[in-house]
Amino acid sequence: MIPTGSDTTATTGEPSPVVAISGVSKSFGPRRILHGLDLAVPAGESLALIGANGTGKSTLLRMIVRLAEADAGQIRVLGETVGGLRGIALKRFRARVGVVFQKHNLVARLSALSNVVHGVQSRQSGPRAWAQSLATAEVREEAMACLDAVGLADKAMQRADSLSGGQSQRVAIARMLMQRPELVLADEPDASLDPRAGREVMELLFRLTRDKGLSLIFVSHHMAHALRFSDRIVGLGRSESGGGIALDRRALHCNEAELAAFFEAPDEPSDNIEPATRPLAVLT
Amino acid sequence: MSLSASPRLAATTDRFARPSATTFIGTFLALALVIWSFSGSELSAEKLIRGVPYMGNILGRMFPPDLSRLDSILWSLATTFQMAVSGCVLGLILSFPLAVLAAEGLSPHPIVRTLARGLIAFFRTVPDLIWALFFVIAVGLGPAAGVLALMIDTIGYAGRFFAEAMEETDKGPREALSTIGASKTGLIFSAVVPNAMPSFIATSLFCVEKATRASVVLGLVGAGGIGVELKVAFDLFDYDTALTIILAVFALVVAVEQIGGSLRRRII
Repeated sequence: MIPTGSDTTATTGEPSPVVAISGVSKSFGPRRILHGLDLAVPAGESLALIGANGTGKSTLLRMIVRLAEADAGQIRVLGETVGGLRGIALKRFRARVGVVFQKHNLVARLSALSNVVHGVQSRQSGPRAWAQSLATAEVREEAMACLDAVGLADKAMQRADSLSGGQSQRVAIARMLMQRPELVLADEPDASLDPRAGREVMELLFRLTRDKGLSLIFVSHHMAHALRFSDRIVGLGRSESGGGIALDRRALHCNEAELAAFFEAPDEPSDNIEPATRPLAVLT
Repeated sequence: MSLSASPRLAATTDRFARPSATTFIGTFLALALVIWSFSGSELSAEKLIRGVPYMGNILGRMFPPDLSRLDSILWSLATTFQMAVSGCVLGLILSFPLAVLAAEGLSPHPIVRTLARGLIAFFRTVPDLIWALFFVIAVGLGPAAGVLALMIDTIGYAGRFFAEAMEETDKGPREALSTIGASKTGLIFSAVVPNAMPSFIATSLFCVEKATRASVVLGLVGAGGIGVELKVAFDLFDYDTALTIILAVFALVVAVEQIGGSLRRRII
């Protein structure tokens, strides 16, 4: 079990958290990934999820937008109970959450601008949302502004497959901005990039969400990014309970190497033996 | 260090693996099938030898090709090509929605997908000449029947390849679009179609080539085009006109294949 963000909510007197996860469990076959996880993310917070591979970080993000289903527990996001959403309600809900993937997931044969225009499909359907050439003047203008926000206005007409990894990820961020999200999730946005491009992408994500006062939940294996771009770090471990531990970045007096050591992957993850999470006390 | 194998090592390696009992029986059955098939075809050396002078005779009577009816031949060749293009275009237009229904991940329901795939497979497995016979009865003699037959033939082919091309597109952009909250049509036209486009165009060009070849014989059953001219020429023992028709068809098919091939190479 990890401490929820409810204490933060209480002290600042803010309304209900943007994401409220309570008692969520998830197993893949015999392997228990999450067990009775509680987590709340207040509005405007940047939360880093860290942990070894297979501890359920990505699964947790996917469950928030219902790309994966929780076995038990409740997930409330932006005032909606995610588990009960179907059809059009689910589409409308997903439209409110921006997701940045590890792989940028751009349409390779279309221009950067067309890819950004696709973001408008959160609120507009029909041919005018399919490509920049068909889009309305307002949509094109907004898409250009989004590209400008990620510093790629000059690459608008370049085909996505001609962009570098870092540029592609920035276009994906522009597409996410075009969506006008109320919450942003990022699943290892820095993973397939070189150190510099990875840092630029994280900086951009952090700055843009902070400027708009949006909550950001990101998964990263770069401890430096977790420390630098979050208000709070939640580490998911392989524990008896399957839960994780939460660390307040501001109360954290360790360097990245020490932080990484706490969440190092066991050499051979086993289905049966789940090593206990290392105690939180060591950190502070 | 030299890599030449020692002769003793080579000798100990079996040249052939001993066939298993099933391989042996399978080979035997395959051979039996071939022999049985030839026995049914009534093809014999004697027949071939007796036929050679006739073949020579026909070929002799074909030369020189008779060009007196060339302009009417070229006109019906043009009709044939018109049939091929229009049948193909109609088929390609109808292939797309059917392919969406048949594509895994895009089809609204597994039952719909099975039905769509079944229909496409049915269109493909029934030969075009049979479709032509059917449409000649349905809409009467003439090019319209040919166009419909070519349309069905094109759906059978393009429907399958369109569906496969869409299934093979990158899953990432589709997932991105669905997390944006895009509709199914939005997802198909923004994420799937652009990435499948080169494959669509290559398939379409190939369909035009295929339809051109197919359109030539459709006339034999009265479905319009140059096939009927060819049939009449043969029926009247007018072999030199027949040769002109055959050469004209050959020129058309080769031209379409060459142009189609070079366009496809340029796109892929």
